[in-house]
Parts: sequence; C-alpha cells; structure tokens
Amino acid sequence: MPRIKSIAKRSLNIVVLLSAVLILNFFLLHLAPGDPAEVIAGDMGGATLELLAEIRTLYGLDLPLHEQLGNYLSRVIQGDLGYSYSYNLPVTELILGRLFPTLLLVLSAMFLSITVGTLMGVLSARKPNSLFSHVLTFVSLAGYSAPVFWSGIMLLIVFASIWPIFPVSGMQDIFRDPGIINNILDIAVHLVLPVITLSMIYLAQYSRLSRVSMMDVLGSDYIRTARAKGLSETTVLFKHALRNAALPVITMAGLQFSNLFAGAVLVETVFNWPGMGSLAFESILRRDSPTMLGILFFSSLIVIMANLLTDFAYGLVDPRIQKKD
Amino acid sequence: MKTNFKSLLKVSIIVAATSAMGFSIAAQANANKGGVLSWLTSASPGHFNSAIRSGTATGQPAAQIFASPLRYDAEWNPQPYLAKSWKLSDDGRSLTLNLVDNATFHDGQPVTSADVAFSLMLVKANHPFKTMFDPVTAVDTPDAHTAIIRMDQSHPAILLAMSPGLLPILPKHIYGDGQDIKTHPANNQPVGSGPFKFVEYKAGEHIILERYEDFFIEGRPYLDKIVMRIIKDGANRTISMERGEGHLLTFEDRARDINRMSKSDSLVITDQGYAAIGPLTWLAFNTTRAPLDNKAVRQAISYAVDKDFIINALMLGKGSHSNGPVAPGSPYTASNVETYGLDLDKANALLDAAGFAKGDDGYRFSLEVDFIPGLPLLKAVAEYLRPQLKKVGIKVTPRPSPDFPTWAKRVGGHDFDMTVDVVFNWGDPVIGVHRTYLSENIRKGVIWSNTQSYSNAQVDALLEQAGKETDSAKRIALYQEFQKIVVDDAPISFITTMPYHTVYNKDLRNLPTTIWGAMSPLDEVYWDKQ
Repeated sequence: MPRIKSIAKRSLNIVVLLSAVLILNFFLLHLAPGDPAEVIAGDMGGATLELLAEIRTLYGLDLPLHEQLGNYLSRVIQGDLGYSYSYNLPVTELILGRLFPTLLLVLSAMFLSITVGTLMGVLSARKPNSLFSHVLTFVSLAGYSAPVFWSGIMLLIVFASIWPIFPVSGMQDIFRDPGIINNILDIAVHLVLPVITLSMIYLAQYSRLSRVSMMDVLGSDYIRTARAKGLSETTVLFKHALRNAALPVITMAGLQFSNLFAGAVLVETVFNWPGMGSLAFESILRRDSPTMLGILFFSSLIVIMANLLTDFAYGLVDPRIQKKD
Repeated sequence: MKTNFKSLLKVSIIVAATSAMGFSIAAQANANKGGVLSWLTSASPGHFNSAIRSGTATGQPAAQIFASPLRYDAEWNPQPYLAKSWKLSDDGRSLTLNLVDNATFHDGQPVTSADVAFSLMLVKANHPFKTMFDPVTAVDTPDAHTAIIRMDQSHPAILLAMSPGLLPILPKHIYGDGQDIKTHPANNQPVGSGPFKFVEYKAGEHIILERYEDFFIEGRPYLDKIVMRIIKDGANRTISMERGEGHLLTFEDRARDINRMSKSDSLVITDQGYAAIGPLTWLAFNTTRAPLDNKAVRQAISYAVDKDFIINALMLGKGSHSNGPVAPGSPYTASNVETYGLDLDKANALLDAAGFAKGDDGYRFSLEVDFIPGLPLLKAVAEYLRPQLKKVGIKVTPRPSPDFPTWAKRVGGHDFDMTVDVVFNWGDPVIGVHRTYLSENIRKGVIWSNTQSYSNAQVDALLEQAGKETDSAKRIALYQEFQKIVVDDAPISFITTMPYHTVYNKDLRNLPTTIWGAMSPLDEVYWDKQ
C-alpha cells in the first residue's frame, strides 16, 4: 500500500514539474526582444512591414502573451507541440527524428565515462601515491578542463584530417553500402569521436569520485577482514569494495545525465551530429520558440525519467534504501 | 561591360543562337556524364519555394529544382533558358517571352505560359522584394508558349528579375490548388522543371537531388546526383573539403579557412560568382541622432576608418574595396566618388570645425556600435572601431546582441548610433539598392529598410528616374549621380565587399562563375575524372 501511495505521489510530482517547466520556459523564451518574423526577414534579406505582420499573424505571434500561452498549453495537452517556424514541420515529428541520435550519443558517452572512469578511480585508489595514479589524475583533469568545442575540433584535426581514420561529420554516410551490418558499422565509426569528446569531461569526475570513495571504503574493517580471509585482490576490490563505493557514482550518474544533454549541444554542433543538441542550437539562433519549447519539454521528461531510474538503481545496489522506502 | 549592357536594353529582339542554349557548348563537347556532387553549405533552408522566400539557403537548391525564363552569363548578359527568345517593347512597358516547347515539370506535365503567369503573380504578391515586379499589372498568355508581361511604366529591372534566383517557374496545377502558399505542402516537396528533381530533405542534415532525365536542354545535366550537406561548423566544413568528402563549398566567408584550403592541392578557390548578389559590408549611421545628424561627423568617421587594415588584417586580404551603394562588378558601380582614404588629420579637422572639441579625457563624444551577431568578421570590425576612432577623439563602445532578432529589433527600431551590417544588392539596384536610400522607405520595425533615416529629395528623384530609364547609358549616368550625392552625404561609410568564396574539387568543371554563381543551375557542371 505505501508503495502505491509513493508511486502516485511521484507521478503527481512529475506532472506538476513538467507543467512548471513548460510555463517557465514559455515566459523565459518570450522575455528576449525580437521574434521569429525578424529571423525569417533576415534569411530573406529583407521584408516589408506587411510581410512581417503576415508572418506574425500566421504563427499567432500578434496575440497577447497570455493567449499565446493558453493556446500553447491546450495544444500540448492534446499532444501537439506546435509547428516549427524555421523547418516548416510539426515539432513532435522534428524532435522524434532527432531523439535516437542524441540518446545514442549521450548513453554511449555515459557508459564510457562511467566504466572507464570508475575503473581508473579504482585502480588509482589502490596505490594513491604511485606514478600510475598521478598520470591518471593528470589525464582525467586535462580532459575535464578542456572545453568541449576545443577538444572536439582537436580530435577532428588529428583523427579526421592528419590521420583520416574517422569520418568528419554526421551519423551516417549517405553513400554507404546497403545492409543492416554495414549500417551498424557505419554508425559505430561515426560515433567514436563525438563519444570520446563528450565523455572526456565526465570521465574525470567519475574517476575522481570513485577514487575518493574507494579509498574511503578500502580503509574499513570489512575489507581488512576480506583480505585476512585470503581473498584475491581482484575479488576484494571489485566484489567487496566497489559495491559500496559505487553508490556516490550512481548518484552522480543521475545528476550528470542532464549535464550530458547540455554538453551534447556543443558536441553535436562540432561533429554535425543530427541530434536534439544541434537542433536546439539552430532553433535558439532562429528564435524558433515552438521547437525550443519542445526540446526543453522532451529533455526535462528524459531527465525526470533518468532520476527515477537512478532511485531504482539505488535500491538494487543497496537493499537498505529499498526497505526505507 | 558597358557595351554589353547597352546591347541588353537597346536591342529589342534577341533571338537565341542556333542551338537552344548557345553558350559555352564547345567547352562541353567532352563533358562526362554521371557522378555525384557533394555540396557543403552552412544554411538549412526553411523550405524550397523560392517564389515566396528569398535568401541563399533556399535559393541554391531551388535554382536546381526550378527553371526560370532567363539565366545570366558572367558579363551580365541575359541568356535563353525556359524562354528561347524575348522582346522588350520600345516603350519598355511590355516584355514578351517565347517559351521552349519541350519543357516539362518533374511530374511530366508541360511547362506553359499559364505557369509563367501564375508564378510571376505569385512572386509579386508574396516575395519580400516588392520592387521587383511592382509595375507589373498583368501577364497575358495568347498561346501556350507565349507570355506577355504588361507593366504600367518602363521597368528595366524586369530582365534581371527573370533570373533563376528571382522568378522560379512553379507548376500551376500543383501550387495553384487553392491551399495557402505560405504553408503549401509542396514547399517541402518541390516540383519544378529544372535540371535536378527533389528526392529527399532531412532538416538540418542533407538535401538529395537527382538528375531529371527529361530536362528540356538535350544531354543535360551531366551529374547524376547532388547531395547538399548542411554543416554548421566551419572547421568541420574545411576538413570535409580537404578530405575530399565535400566537392563544392559556396558562400564561405571565413578568411582563415579559405587560406587553409588554398594550400590544398586538390581544391580550387574563386571569389567569382557573387557579382549579382553584391554583398556589401558597411558602417551605417543613424542620421537622426546627434552628433551623427551632422554630415561632417559622418564624413570624419569615414576618413578615420582604415579600410586597408580591415581588408588586409581582419579579412586576411580576402575582401575588396567598395566605394558606394552599388557593389563592384555591377555595370552601375560608382566610378567617380570620394573614396574616404585614411586621413586622420582631415577627420580631426572636420570634427573641430563642426564644433566638437576634445574634452579633458581626450574624447569629443561617445557612440555605440552594433553589429550582426554570429558573423565574426563584423564583430572584429566593430571592435576595431574602438581603438581606431579613439585616435580622432571618439569613444566607441561595441554593443553586442545575443542573437539576430535582438539586433534586428534595435536597428530596425532605429534604436542605435552606428551598426556594422551586411546588405546584398540582389542584381539590379531597383531590387537591393533603392531600399536603403529612398526616404519613403524609412519604415520603423523593418530591418534593411532605410534604417539610417536618410532623406534627400534629390536622391529620391534620381532613384525614381533611374528605376524607369530604359536607355542604358542614361541609367548608368543617373546611378553615378545618385552615388556621388550619397557618398558625400555619408549616411553609410562603405567599407568592403563580404569576402564570399567558392571552393571546389580540382576535377570538377564548369562551376558557375556567372553573376549569380551557385544561385543558378548547375546543369553544365561535370567531373573531368571519376
């Protein structure tokens, strides 16, 4: 019974949160001066006052703000996120087409940064003052400090221009050979550089975090007991210590998910990755508010879902949390 | 060039040469058929209907999909296209187009004079360039392959308005079905009669065009396919070109990347192909705001700006001088105007004489300068003005805008002192030049109107006269006189042309270096080696 109550409470929270996100974003986007009619006029190299007025009427931009909000909310409830000014397509269609590339990029980057980062942390926690540990710290901090757009372009210059091993842009080669296997391989090759770029920042955070929490755990009594039992170092590290040291990492992963989305905007732009990030970048420049609102709505939804999953994962790793719930 | 233009207007009948498309046939005798062209561009089009939307993002693919009555060579001479011949009446008030009889749309329907009439009236009603077809009252269609454009006054710009970028011929049976043209589904699934037909558009990713086998010019186009890849990031575009993944890159204005690509053995770089677009970079003044309402102050600033520094240092030598409202390369370019070469003494003297003495802090007055966001070159020019104008005692503060609408709101709303701007000529002065100087075009809220609030009755009269003048020599003289006055009044300090370049693979032949460049059909382009 308390479980159902908790689920109901959670769902209500989500609805309230999403509505707040929608309304807040709507007002935020309308605070800026100018409107999409100016962008359309800009693209056209000029326009008359009549044409500007026509564009504003066409997209309902001449209505008072509260009416625009009312229209928008009533459409969203019916599942319609509006029509993109700059792409001339329904926003939902536009975003759904971009969802898979972004999720693929973000989840791959997350997987890479968590696994490699945690492994780096565990290894350097074993001998915190060794040269190996210092090198790992240096590498991870360098990755953390470099701005994404810079490291992305550097990777492009090195691995796509000087040694042209990887493709420069996009998710798929338009001229690829047909077939499912070719398709998957093609995407995988395109994925390498953007994923490395995006995961570089987070790699450092996971490795530092898991290093600290491993060092903490490694000093506890039960580890000494495990070692005294004569268990191998690998078993002690990965079976006994890591399970406890992983909790902060999971918390971090949940929090980081939204940051990864933000980082994807720059990475997608540099690598011309056809995801929601590059769509967001484009629609900000074009003041395409229906698309912006749609992207913010979708990303909030994804982040909320990620938080739910984090809580769930917590329960799996540490049964005490599940019981308290 | 003058003689060419004279013949354009004076000769009333121009019949096409023996072949329907007479020009440069010899050069293509050995053209190879086939191959794919990977064309890189930074702009993603909203849609492909260039009849209701101008701009290069829509214009470049649309010129491949839609044919137009005429096209132009590199010397501003009209050439036959959908019209095999044409006749401008002696009074300049009607233009008769004789259409080829074998042209079909990509759905197989024939192209007729009804489609021409429909398209022209559609452009007149919906295109942002109102002056283009303003005098047109009707289009008569005596038979299926004759269209007579009737005007209420002589309108020499009409011939240039027949270009692919300005008058695409749309199939009436598709676009004239009664649906609102602004949201017509065919805007995203275009059907035209040009050399390439539309296959696919993935918004923000790529556009795929395919050879139209029944194109009305025998044997063309040569290419099988054009894939336009939309790449926002400049470094990414450059590397793609170097690697040979891109074969053609147009409207590139990043000097550093152009220099980098010029070192590649496999790439050719040209600044040809932008004459009709005529992109000018200038510093515009709000002539209603003190102290910029004083002509001497505007002239002083013009003398204080070192255009050579801007071209050589900021543009790395990639731009060229522009001295007046009409872009270099046009038959109407200013030839005998004040060029405002760097002269700090003169600038100081003008400001002293105008009564703006230097204060204790060394400054006479302070001004803000706006610039279009997102164009690094314009930002650099705005920032350069701060130390440069300090030399003549003017304190300049750059005022950045976070995005285009903010800048447009400020400048369009006349809420600015000075702005660094890029404005296109769009071929004939009537289309892209008049708007900046006519006093009747001072329209608050409209960007690229007369936002300088410049008003001179003599200029208004000259422009009205030049817009109607059918005698080419007289028309040129009128525009020269107009430019002399405007340059002297200095509502704008003319700096340079925008350094647009085209980069292409060295094995590609016949890239368009005509006045419209990539805003014209690529039916003649072919691969020398495949």
